Amino acid sequence: MDLAEKVKSISGEDVLSCYQCGLCSGSCPVRYAMDLSPTQVIRLVQIGEVEKIFESNTFWICSTCFTCQARCPRKINITKIMEALRQIRLRRDQDKIALSKIPKEELKIFPPIALVSNFRKTTS
Amino acid sequence: MIRLPYYPGCAVQTTARNYAISGIAVAEKLGVELVELPKWNCCGVFPSLATDDLMRHLAPIRNLIHVQEMNDSGVVQNENRVVTFCSMCFHTLKEASLFVKDEEKLGKINTFFEREKEFVGGVKQGYKGGIKALDFLEVLRDIIGYEKIAKEVKKPLKGLKVAPYYGCLVIRPREIGIDDPENPTILENILEALGAEIINNPNRTQCCGSYHTIDRKDIVAKLTYDNLIYPIRNGAEVVVTCCPLCTFNLDFRQKEARELHRDLKEIPVMYYTQLMAIAFELDKQFYGVDLELHHVDPRPLLKAKNLY
Repeated sequence: MDLAEKVKSISGEDVLSCYQCGLCSGSCPVRYAMDLSPTQVIRLVQIGEVEKIFESNTFWICSTCFTCQARCPRKINITKIMEALRQIRLRRDQDKIALSKIPKEELKIFPPIALVSNFRKTTS
Repeated sequence: MIRLPYYPGCAVQTTARNYAISGIAVAEKLGVELVELPKWNCCGVFPSLATDDLMRHLAPIRNLIHVQEMNDSGVVQNENRVVTFCSMCFHTLKEASLFVKDEEKLGKINTFFEREKEFVGGVKQGYKGGIKALDFLEVLRDIIGYEKIAKEVKKPLKGLKVAPYYGCLVIRPREIGIDDPENPTILENILEALGAEIINNPNRTQCCGSYHTIDRKDIVAKLTYDNLIYPIRNGAEVVVTCCPLCTFNLDFRQKEARELHRDLKEIPVMYYTQLMAIAFELDKQFYGVDLELHHVDPRPLLKAKNLY
């Protein structure tokens, strides 16, 4: 299975129906911190250049807020595509975050849900 | 008194104790007894969105099985609902209940529980389906109703300028959300019933930065600024939330947000249940403001408004 197929199989989403309107990128609250916009990411999946996406930080910056999913006129769940990209990366490499790097004084004040949800998205 | 199974989760027992303390007392005042699930475990926090990830659905499904067990043991009768305060728990439990509507996936998950029972013990039955996760906001809107809330108000929050903030997980995606994903009104309706002055918050459905608070504080600081500056400019004195993670980010990350933009004034962040407890004139311990859980202390504002 090539990577584009893998994205489709893990996310369950058909990226081919995207017509590149850009609403997802315009709606994304964290787009400013991304190398590639969500629209560009979808395009790269469409043309099968998934490795290029892995050079970007986009899928790590996505905070899973579902705004793009709520607004997509083609009803593509872009949030799920970001999750699929994270999953392919995590299943291939090591975890993205190391507990030892989190400052101790911060650990004391974090709500447990902040830690666990972060680990859910950044560890395999 | 209606008795409803209640799933607490970790947040409302630690950093968001003020949410549950006020919420449980408010529910009782409104005729709803929240009965804690026996032997609950972590909700699973933030569902995996991968279609092939069954493992991360075990924790929430196990909690749904505990609701079945409550019925079997007679703690509740014919009750297929389970209530949470935390948006993340609500989202995760509801997502899991929808995920296993696919019978093949449910079959595999139940097989896991069977094997788990053989080796290490665990739940005695599989998940039969049909358990519905409810956010406490839904209980207020659909089971109790705004009118009944308004009737319980002893001390209207007159003149208190409140900006609602929903965050993401309680309203999105549409299949899981309890209200319109773009234009929710449930918090506004509750605040109206309490007599508060509602301040328009254009960013009330924008992300708080969520779990980036762990390793990308800069992102959360920027979003916190964005999410607070508009309500403040519109005259808000307090921001009202329904999620423990949003609350943490909006409240504690004000410090980092102010380092980015000096013009950000301090604003307290409270749970809607705390304002309900105040408006109902419950005992002060149920306001949850004396537990040192707030970063920006709401007490000076409440005192100035004669509410504390």
